Amino acid sequence: MVDVRMRVNGSIEKLDLEPRVSLLDALREHLGLTGTKKGCDQGACGACTVLVDGERISSCLALAVQYADRDITTIEGVEDPIQQSFVRHDGFQCGYCTSGQICSAIGMLAEHAAGAPSAVTGHLAAEQIDLTPEEIRERMSGNLCRCGAYNGIVAAIQESSR
Amino acid sequence: MKDFAYVSAQDVATAVRAIAEPGAKFLGGGTNLVDLMRQNIERPDTVIDITRLPLDRVEELPDGGVRIGALVRNSHLAAHRVIRTRYPMLAQAILTGASGQLRNMATVGGNVLQRTRCPYFADLAARCNKREPGAGCDAIGGFNRNAAIFGASDSCVATHPSDMCVALAALDATIELESVRGVRRLPLVGFHMLPGDSPQHETAIAADELITAIELPELPVAARSRYRKVRDRASYAFALVSVAAALEVRDGVITEARLALGGVAARPWRAHAAERALMGGPATEERFRLAADAELEGAVAQSQNAFKIELAGRAITATLRQLQVEGSAA
Ligand SMILES: Cc1cc2nc3c(=O)[nH]c(=O)nc-3n(C[C@H](O)[C@H](O)[C@H](O)COP(=O)(O)OP(=O)(O)OC[C@H]3O[C@@H](n4cnc5c(N)ncnc54)[C@H](O)[C@@H]3O)c2cc1C
Ligand code: SF4
Ligand code: FES
Ligand code: FES
Repeated sequence: MVDVRMRVNGSIEKLDLEPRVSLLDALREHLGLTGTKKGCDQGACGACTVLVDGERISSCLALAVQYADRDITTIEGVEDPIQQSFVRHDGFQCGYCTSGQICSAIGMLAEHAAGAPSAVTGHLAAEQIDLTPEEIRERMSGNLCRCGAYNGIVAAIQESSR
Repeated sequence: MKDFAYVSAQDVATAVRAIAEPGAKFLGGGTNLVDLMRQNIERPDTVIDITRLPLDRVEELPDGGVRIGALVRNSHLAAHRVIRTRYPMLAQAILTGASGQLRNMATVGGNVLQRTRCPYFADLAARCNKREPGAGCDAIGGFNRNAAIFGASDSCVATHPSDMCVALAALDATIELESVRGVRRLPLVGFHMLPGDSPQHETAIAADELITAIELPELPVAARSRYRKVRDRASYAFALVSVAAALEVRDGVITEARLALGGVAARPWRAHAAERALMGGPATEERFRLAADAELEGAVAQSQNAFKIELAGRAITATLRQLQVEGSAA
């Protein structure tokens, strides 16, 4: 067992974990934060997306011990206008992917604001990249939605990026 | 997942001492290792977390090259200004791989050493020579749509799945390795091995070595380069075939060409035959296709992947055409 201390949604949490426990399971099973979802448990769907020091990651492929002393934000700690945009634009149906979508979108918008390019960016050296629907779709491709609410998701993100 | 001991290494000396113990494995971003441990394909006794090592910088070298620390995250490397302007094919290759979340986790060293995506390799109920030498290979005559068309053997037909490495091969990158025995440097081209009769030997790294850095040489031709990836869906999928290319054309004549292919072999495939066929020739569609055919002459299909040969021919030609058009517009 390893003592792991991390900041989750602003409060310090102390956990006693086996090293094999994933960050996702630590959040859900040990801290009771079930807003973060388990879809595939193999990095292929994005349902488990959380923010670590502001960067989005897939928590299912993260060992919790590796994230000791880091600042974790889950959907329970998010208070952002993008949540209203998801409601306004019907950015979900069943809602299973939504917490991952929202955490991913927040991380993605920060990456874009910092000037990061994507695979569909035409001119890679550009200082400023227009966040077109095509850019949003590519940058959000790590979040699958089984209900196919993609059009609403893209519209919600576009609204909150303005 | 089997239980294991966890060690977080704070410096390189500690890391290379720890890996010298049997049953130890380095942990980078974990996006490949944790996945395989959960499936019981990898079963280390000790996991040495190397993400706190001070190997997370991208530096321009006095000789014009660039040194990339092995723990630089894939997303940070792709967003780096030097890479975007001087080696765009590398930024593009990384950005076509995995997802934004995974690229934030994945490290350069882990990307180089990621294992094959052959479905039988990750299926403990299947026969796989790579996982269990001598067991047989269920991909031969089985589901091999995404298998190799170059360098496969009777033992294994799997491909190396990295996009980043395809660009690194075209750029003639060097890998720096360190162990308690010292430091050595190897060219990335040739670092990944063809299967032969021992597909379990995948790269030239020794069991006790740490990748510390990747170095890129100064390479002006790379400023006009591209990575093109063909796959079953537009994003978040591995390549069927991919092309990393750089082209320099003067007065309609090709004066320099770099070409490497992904999704076609157990190593990122540097297309030397195609490069030779391009050099000194006219920068025309016919010549591009001729060069592609020169490379693909040696291609051999499995039962389900013959389509890859023509797909590779078209992808090479289209990538070179695009570079030529962009170049004459500039
Ligand atoms: C759903 C999904 C989709 C993906 N799609 C793509 C894709 O389209 N294209 C693509 O290229 N990749 C893709 N990947 C793979 C991804 O790029 C790799 O998993 C990642 O690059 C591995 O890096 P890591 O740091 O997470 O490695 P880890 O998982 O930490 O390590 C991988 C291996 O490398 C060893 N290792 C790590 N660092 C070092 C070092 N410095 N020295 C020595 N040994 C080391 C580890 O011991 C382990 O054996 C995908 C992965 C997933 C899960
Ligand atoms: S192709 Fe290679 S990795 Fe796939 S089953 Fe055969 S031996 Fe294993
Ligand atoms: S649960 Fe983590 S990506 Fe699917
Ligand atoms: S809303 Fe149901 S999976 Fe996306």
